[in-house]
Amino acid sequence: METAAVIVGAGPAGMAAAQVLAEAGLRPVVIDEGSHPGGQIFRRPQPDLMRGIRQLYGFDAGRARAFADRYAALAPLIDYRPETQVWAVSDGQVHLMEKAGATVAHWTHLVIASGAMDRIVPVRGWTGPGVTSLGGAQISLKAEASPIGRRVVFAGSGPLLYLVAYQYAKAGVDVAAVLETARPFARFSQLPSLLSGGRALAQGLFYMAVLRTRRIPIRTGVRLLDVTRDPDGRVSGIGYRWRGRDRMATCDALALGHGLKAETQIADLLGLEFTFDELQRQWLPRADRDGRSSLANVYLAGDGLAIRGSDVAEASGRLAAFALLHDTGCTVSAHAAQDRLSIERAAGFRAALDRTFAVPPTLFSELADDVVVCRCEGVSAGVIRQAVKHSGEADINRVKAFCRVGMGRCQGRLCALAAAELIASTAGTDIRSVGRMRGQAPVKPMPLGDLIGRRP
Amino acid sequence: MVAESPPNLQRLNVAQSSRVRISVDGQALVARSGETVLTALRLGPGHVHMFEFGAEKRAGFCLMGACQDCWLWLDDGSRRRACTTRVEDGMTLTTMAPVRI
Repeated sequence: METAAVIVGAGPAGMAAAQVLAEAGLRPVVIDEGSHPGGQIFRRPQPDLMRGIRQLYGFDAGRARAFADRYAALAPLIDYRPETQVWAVSDGQVHLMEKAGATVAHWTHLVIASGAMDRIVPVRGWTGPGVTSLGGAQISLKAEASPIGRRVVFAGSGPLLYLVAYQYAKAGVDVAAVLETARPFARFSQLPSLLSGGRALAQGLFYMAVLRTRRIPIRTGVRLLDVTRDPDGRVSGIGYRWRGRDRMATCDALALGHGLKAETQIADLLGLEFTFDELQRQWLPRADRDGRSSLANVYLAGDGLAIRGSDVAEASGRLAAFALLHDTGCTVSAHAAQDRLSIERAAGFRAALDRTFAVPPTLFSELADDVVVCRCEGVSAGVIRQAVKHSGEADINRVKAFCRVGMGRCQGRLCALAAAELIASTAGTDIRSVGRMRGQAPVKPMPLGDLIGRRP
Repeated sequence: MVAESPPNLQRLNVAQSSRVRISVDGQALVARSGETVLTALRLGPGHVHMFEFGAEKRAGFCLMGACQDCWLWLDDGSRRRACTTRVEDGMTLTTMAPVRI
């Protein structure tokens, strides 16, 4: 049977896989929710909203340009489907919603490079206007040329916090504060591994230095308390506890994010095996070192496999493609060894980052009962705790049935990790036994009229 | 169309945007070509829809098509996700579910 390769995702991982497959003479179908390859990291503004490439990508400008050039050369060799949503997947088929309507793409081999989004630790008042995810704040600035506010606080944890705060400051936005819940400099034990980060570490330290030079407060070891609003409902500040005292940072917008979580709905629909990653504190689809999943002819790459950043994403995309070619009987290029090595080399730094910016379970278990966890259904921490106590259940899908947490339109994308931590702490069980929230098709809502080919 | 952006401190200078006129809940709103409905509404009325189970206004969250908290309606009753829909001149939007009799 002829090989029909379909790649889901057109970020660094998906496009690296596409390049390897195209060079081997296959013509992969590449499915992209975005309007242009690049994923979130190399997301391009519409032509009308274009700014200078240095302004857009900073240190990554060279990589962004190289990515765009590579894609331009690759375009005739792949079947690229922009603005297309995979809404279901089954053995041999991906069900697509393209701009023109519903279609099906057939696959003998599937590469899932679905990427990641922000991990959210809820804070009182986070669901209203003026609060966005950290990734969203970056998209607003980069792709929309529109910062989320005039005076912005960046709160949460992880390297992205400093990068986006730096990008905002550089764009001329008043950055009121960076509020970090971890204590990145309190654990010297991570220092040797962090030093192996080289360029990435240097950039991170540079962002912090620039923020400090601009007298932007960077507070570490904070607890976020509540988003305050004026009588019209606009954000007026964020309350937080630092060094034993409750404080307030005034702002008109807040960006919130505690690292990233893998987008795994498609892997889930295929019934792939998952394992709980203790360090990243989330369920990740299982794969061998080259990205072979638990299901034959299905491969995983990029942040949708494990949160490891864009360099590793590229290498893992190539490895998945090499594995695919190998499995179809093609001769594998010598690059595989090189990519495996670069991924192994990056592992120490990544693990140190994960430990440095770990999200402790107490951030969830200490949430006040009135804090909304599931924004789709309006389910608060207290309601989840009650459901666990009253039902005696500690399985996340059972608890979902009792209190509707994760039952809304986003299918638990934003609340599942928080809900799992809350259930585990309330029931006093290991988070593994709480399990994963099951995904369902359509993985994102879509008008039924579009599916049957009728638009009003 | 006028070849300049609507004045707003929250819109950075860009290459070549032009004005796009849309309407939200019957109010005229000037947006910038190329931007999403979400950006236009965030800088206009400030919200995209109402939370279904309470009085809270919502204006999206993730901006990348994941959280599904920025759906609204076109005047023909069809639904659009604001963060993945670009403004078009003459677009007529409503932040409340349109009632048809």
